[in-house]
Amino acid sequence: MLPQVLASGLSAGSIYALMALALVITYKTTEVPNFAQGDMAMVSAFIAYMFLTDFETGFIFAFGAALVFAFLLGVGFEVLLLRRMRKPTHLNLIIMTLGFTLALFGFAGWKWGADQRQFPFPVSANEVIRFGSVSISTLSVATILIAGILMLLVFAFFRFTKLGVAMQATQQDPIAARINGVPARAVVGLTFGISSVIGTVAALLTAPLITLDPTLMWDALLKGFAAAVLGGLNTPVGAVLGGYLLGVIENLFGAYISVEFKSVVAFLIIVIVLWFRPSGLFGRHHERKV
Amino acid sequence: MDKHPEVLLELNAVETWHGSLRALSDVSLTVPEGSITVILGNNGAGKSTLLNTILGVLEGQPKNGQISFQGTRIDRMATERIVRSGISYVPEGRRIFSELTVWENLKVGAYVQKDQLSTKKALERVCDFFPLLAERQSQAAGTLSGGEQQMLAIGRALMNGPRLLLLDEPSLGLAPILVRQVFDIISQIRDEGVTVLLVEQNARMALAVADEGLVLDSGELVVAGSASDLVDNAEVEELYMGAPSLPIK
Repeated sequence: MLPQVLASGLSAGSIYALMALALVITYKTTEVPNFAQGDMAMVSAFIAYMFLTDFETGFIFAFGAALVFAFLLGVGFEVLLLRRMRKPTHLNLIIMTLGFTLALFGFAGWKWGADQRQFPFPVSANEVIRFGSVSISTLSVATILIAGILMLLVFAFFRFTKLGVAMQATQQDPIAARINGVPARAVVGLTFGISSVIGTVAALLTAPLITLDPTLMWDALLKGFAAAVLGGLNTPVGAVLGGYLLGVIENLFGAYISVEFKSVVAFLIIVIVLWFRPSGLFGRHHERKV
Repeated sequence: MDKHPEVLLELNAVETWHGSLRALSDVSLTVPEGSITVILGNNGAGKSTLLNTILGVLEGQPKNGQISFQGTRIDRMATERIVRSGISYVPEGRRIFSELTVWENLKVGAYVQKDQLSTKKALERVCDFFPLLAERQSQAAGTLSGGEQQMLAIGRALMNGPRLLLLDEPSLGLAPILVRQVFDIISQIRDEGVTVLLVEQNARMALAVADEGLVLDSGELVVAGSASDLVDNAEVEELYMGAPSLPIK
């Protein structure tokens, strides 16, 4: 039974890890969690759905369009809404992300309604492959692989490209980045674009599993947040590990303790981490220069 | 002076405001190419503001006046473009990226370099100046000592191959032996053809390496001359060199 639980945990954890990574990338820039991230991804998933069903395009085109839309939505959110705030406090920024999420949620309800729609996808949640004693759906396999590859690409980008390193520098100290010639404002916009794309990949992998409606990413956002707190809001790698860990812990809890209380685990973890290790399992406490 | 005939940087009647407070008024000065020019003054005299104004870091400043670099107007230009045109800045407090490695910090400094080759050349040059940085290249910058961080900040600024280097209090918080070392390096940088504009409270040390000196007081330029003239100037002596430690108003 254990390998089966681990496989399910890894699959759920992949989604949490993506959401946690998306959250941490912008958190490191603004120092507030972007609560609109889930609904930005939800609306982008609806864009893919619209192309697939209304315009009957292929998967590649529809998903590509959704990712392009997600990128523009992320950049637009930062450039048109966040950046225009005058000397925002953290609370102001949080309220802006909450306001934006409510606007997106309202828009999705008005445009597409609250119906739960079947989301067409190349692989299925019901088609099962067996690896020895473990049965796993083709959708889960795709989720684990796609999420894993995407996160490796993101880490490689941050670590090895000039722009990626400049982005990390901007996250730590935007003024110092600017005086080194980094166009910090454009880089911050780009950060939100990349974060939105990562969140949207999570949404596109979640929609075929649980059907598409405006509440698509609520659970994933909260779990991604819990995962980021668990691993460390300041460390992208830690947040991703937190995501996998949360997926596995949750499924272990469901299998051996109680299925009914499975979704409570994430919040118990937040409470326990904040009590004993507020910077997360893999985070370092560091002071930030003002 | 005839030794440095070319003017690299020129400020003409520059005026900078911090909100409703005038931080610089009517500052005009020239920085000759190939020189070390030092700006002296007490805390709050406007020294850092002057450097920040040149680099365009302050939103909407300078309010009045012109700044030209190599004959081109740079006031109103975005900081990134000013850096791209050949001015580097070592800010007060160093502001290194403590979570990034030494090498990554240098890479950010080379952001405006167009290709890998020029980045590599700049890196070799910086490693010649600071062999220690080469040794520590994969170490997180936050784990360096204060002196090493200052070396890194200067090295990072040299990575874009600047013609003009702005330094804000490079000796601040360093042990005397390291201060001497930093000033030696500044002279070497000048000898390699990079013009240096330096803000310092350590007047005695700064004037010993500088060619030109300026004194700012309450946002106004009160004295300008060659460094040796300033050393002999009784007023400057009294104001800025009276006490061996820093005079603070």
